[in-house]
Amino acid sequence: MDAIGFKFILFMITALVVIVSSVLMATRKNPIHSALWMIVTFFAMAIIYLLLNAQFIAVAQVMVYAGAIMMLILFVIMMVNMDKGNEEETTKASWSLGKKMAAALLMVILLVELLFGALFYRMTARVGDYPADAVAAAGNAKTVGALLYGQYLFPFEVASILLLIGIVGAVVIAKRNK
Amino acid sequence: MELWYFILEVVLKNLVVISILMLFVAYLTLAERKFLGYLQVRLGPNRVGTWGLLQPIADGIKSFVKEDIIPNNADKPVYVIAPMISFVAALSMFAVIPFGQSVTLFGREIKLVIADVDIGILYIFAMGTLGEYGIVLGGWSSGNKYAILGALRAAAQMISYEVALGLIVIGTIILSGSLRLTEIVEAQRNVWFIVYQPFAFLLYIVAALAEINRTPFDMPASESELACGFNIEYSSMKFALFMIAEYAHLVTVAALTTTLFLGGWLGPVLPGPVWFILKTCGMIFIFIWIRGTYPRMRYDHIMKFGWKFLFPAALANVVITAFIVALR
Repeated sequence: MDAIGFKFILFMITALVVIVSSVLMATRKNPIHSALWMIVTFFAMAIIYLLLNAQFIAVAQVMVYAGAIMMLILFVIMMVNMDKGNEEETTKASWSLGKKMAAALLMVILLVELLFGALFYRMTARVGDYPADAVAAAGNAKTVGALLYGQYLFPFEVASILLLIGIVGAVVIAKRNK
Repeated sequence: MELWYFILEVVLKNLVVISILMLFVAYLTLAERKFLGYLQVRLGPNRVGTWGLLQPIADGIKSFVKEDIIPNNADKPVYVIAPMISFVAALSMFAVIPFGQSVTLFGREIKLVIADVDIGILYIFAMGTLGEYGIVLGGWSSGNKYAILGALRAAAQMISYEVALGLIVIGTIILSGSLRLTEIVEAQRNVWFIVYQPFAFLLYIVAALAEINRTPFDMPASESELACGFNIEYSSMKFALFMIAEYAHLVTVAALTTTLFLGGWLGPVLPGPVWFILKTCGMIFIFIWIRGTYPRMRYDHIMKFGWKFLFPAALANVVITAFIVALR
């Protein structure tokens, strides 16, 4: 078996895992189980990044999303919802007609987009600016770093200022209660 | 054919590393009990074999044959998976740590590291955070109030100390200019990074102890108040898996400290792997020594220390290192 075939099989498996685990995440009643399936989704996504030769992004995905952010979410769920098992009362009553309609509408939009994408965007054989060999030669983290601090410096700085605002906001809200 | 040789090489390296790691873990439990015993002026285990040398085997057999209990109000699938997560994460962390220079065997150049990846150090942190899920989920799924408290503490402690840990390591990354662990070791050929970064070395030991939940930061499992915390309901092999994961994580952290600050496998006369194992054992001894010396910290003190001292200190270390490297 050659490397391409092996990668294709791996991709199919991970893609299936992503889809199944995200469906499971949306349908679980227990919020902790939802969070767990979300971790599985993130992890499988990281494997897809790896298959695309984006090692840095893959590990950042596991560290930041599957690691830190999901840990925070789990922590909050555990704090708020200490006794598991009585979450069924809220689920049925809160599904009003309006919410159902909105969900159906979103679903239709998503399907149309999928169809549109599949029909009108063809895969081209054009090689992008950062093919796998070039990235591997320069070093994966180096390429990402050079892009972040070169071409995309402004969006990067704006994003960090946004995060700073978030931190300051959190401190303000935490201090107000005292 | 080349592909098959490659696969064979990877499988063999994995087997060798995992067996050595498991042997290390088994005898680390004995060494820890022995050293702690001497530090506390008692003898430690000395009944099974001379000097207690068969104690790890006896412990292994004991955990195999004990009854496996799953509590009634446990979340069964999560309860079963949690120790496995811990175990797998702790074992897979070691994959990127280099334990020697490449050797030539049967006409093939073999690197003495399982996976020499470009982002090695980030991979270790990623696996470390995944390992923490085992503790948090194990505590939560047990359906026991002490276990849940342990899990909450583990989660909060991990969030707090992971940030500082990542920042501390950035100093060595700036000095070596690479995230690849083999290159970090190569960059220390003349001077070990502990000379350039003595402050970061101390901070790293503190943050690493908190990361692997050891005394004085063993809040998730503090025996005296939580009656062993997150693993209170676990028995038999599941408990053993948690223990093995904890000690494998300890060995990995010691090996990583060696790699980052003590020049990894580099050293005169003796071959690389020997130096690597010697330095790692030294680090492990320091960790045991710390456990025998310091009492457990109070929980709010740990949080205050993590956010108000460790985090700013790590940040200052990054800024100063970057400044000096930029001036050079």
